[in-house]
Amino acid sequence: MNGLLAVADLRGDPRRRAHDRRMRRLLGGSALVTIVVSALILFVLARGTLDFLRSVGWDFGILRDSSKAPGWFPRRERFDLLTIFAGSVIMGMIAMLVAVPLGLGTAVYLSEFAPSKVRKILKPIVEVLAGIPSVIVGYFALKFIAPNIVNPIFSPDQPRNMLVSGLAIGVLVVPIMASISEDALRAVPSSLREASYGIGARKSTTTIRVVLPAAVSGIVAAFIIATSRAIGETMVAAMAGGRDGSGPRTLNPLEPGLTMTAAMTNAAGGTDQVNAGAPFQVLFFVGLLLFMMTMTLNVIGDRFVQRVRQQY
Amino acid sequence: MANEMSESPVFAVKDLSVKYGEFRAVRDVTLDIGQHQITAFIGPSGCGKTTVLRCLNRMNDFIDSAKVEGLVDYHGVDLYNSEVNPNEVRRRIGMVFQKPNPFPKSIFDNVAYGPRLVGKMSKSDLNDLVEKSLRRAALWDEVKDRLKASALGLSGGQQQRLCIARCIAVEPDVILMDEPCSALDPIATTRIEDLMQEIKKDYTIIIVTHNMQQAARVSDRTAFFTTEVNTQSDRRTGVMVEFDLTEKIFSVPSDERTEAYVTGRFG
Repeated sequence: MNGLLAVADLRGDPRRRAHDRRMRRLLGGSALVTIVVSALILFVLARGTLDFLRSVGWDFGILRDSSKAPGWFPRRERFDLLTIFAGSVIMGMIAMLVAVPLGLGTAVYLSEFAPSKVRKILKPIVEVLAGIPSVIVGYFALKFIAPNIVNPIFSPDQPRNMLVSGLAIGVLVVPIMASISEDALRAVPSSLREASYGIGARKSTTTIRVVLPAAVSGIVAAFIIATSRAIGETMVAAMAGGRDGSGPRTLNPLEPGLTMTAAMTNAAGGTDQVNAGAPFQVLFFVGLLLFMMTMTLNVIGDRFVQRVRQQY
Repeated sequence: MANEMSESPVFAVKDLSVKYGEFRAVRDVTLDIGQHQITAFIGPSGCGKTTVLRCLNRMNDFIDSAKVEGLVDYHGVDLYNSEVNPNEVRRRIGMVFQKPNPFPKSIFDNVAYGPRLVGKMSKSDLNDLVEKSLRRAALWDEVKDRLKASALGLSGGQQQRLCIARCIAVEPDVILMDEPCSALDPIATTRIEDLMQEIKKDYTIIIVTHNMQQAARVSDRTAFFTTEVNTQSDRRTGVMVEFDLTEKIFSVPSDERTEAYVTGRFG
């Protein structure tokens, strides 16, 4: 070799380079399909919404029509959004009242107090719970929460009501709350805990005054994502919530209620037995609203997750 | 070993030995730490000097597998007596860590953290204590106009002085420093060393350092640690070789291993 190279010497094997290109296209293609599917969902929702709004007219009294009784009666073309919105919010709030203390408590225990052996067993269990099909939690609500907890204590008129459903949705989102919060707590560097112990602080003081404040954005993210999941939960709400849109916009959790998601399952071929026209198309309208609500929550939650990553 | 101490020692460590599970990290450490003195622990990596330091305020409690044997006597009390509350120990024996670790809180709240643990204090008393602590840590003039600003915005050297201020705000008796300058530049290091000289009249200081010049500059007494290799298991165990006045360790050490280390022939 005389010390000089030709470009050809450094070009490498063309077959390997072609293989690289094929892989890149294949993987890029699957990423693209994901995005296209998401866009299609949005498109279908938007188109259905437009159809619905056109067929009922713009002044059909989605929110308020003082001439009629309030309530969600798609077959009678009564689309009182506040009824189902209230249903979603009430059941979501009850769910979060269950999920926040249980989830956060689990997370703090796992991250700060559990011996490593206990943690190794418990953490996977929590994560498996996150994957339980919600229909099973729905039966749990009907067969356990309603007869053994809610009925004996509150004796509601209906065994299926917003409290039963809210509690069950809470059980369903506890693992999400616990898992994301635990990640946030463990992301707090141990040097901060040592700093606190080094001054003589107890473990509980250190947890409350140092670890939790340092992890707060991650915990807020966990809360938002769990809320989004609770509002989007369908099966439990449909099975245990009473599926009753007739009620006034009641705030009493012992009444049966209808969530936005359960209203959609009705419209999609459940009790209302319609598959055309406004009573069917309202499904897209509610779906679009729900989609925007949960997406907004997820975007906000994601912001907080990003902030955790930047902090240290 | 030098025993010409004027007062009774702060620490009397006897035959201290620490195991992590089956692995013995350091053994046979015997030394007395004098009041208002700066004691340096030097030696190569893995010689157990940080492990020994962390025995002195029971920070090793947080390592499940760590087992401490021997006696750590602090002003006449065995620190490992089952009735001793480690939080009380750490309130008297503070610690400054290798990497500055201010809380992600304001400068004020960092310093006030310890006093607030102890109990209710009037606002003006707390303000005075924070100012006094920051002055002692030679940081007051640099931060007095931004006490409410985040401590994470300070430079590394300032953060480390803030950690010292946070430590002395609880009025400890002893300050343990675990390589406090290893993450700092030379100028910041000089400031910390000057600070140690200033506060040693009030506190007993023990510093672990990799930097022999630093030990020679700041300390009154030096303990030299090294590692011994077990020829059967090929594992290293730290041992304390020699403990004496710093000038003797660096000029006429009595053990040839110390001499080899301080003259740079080893480690």
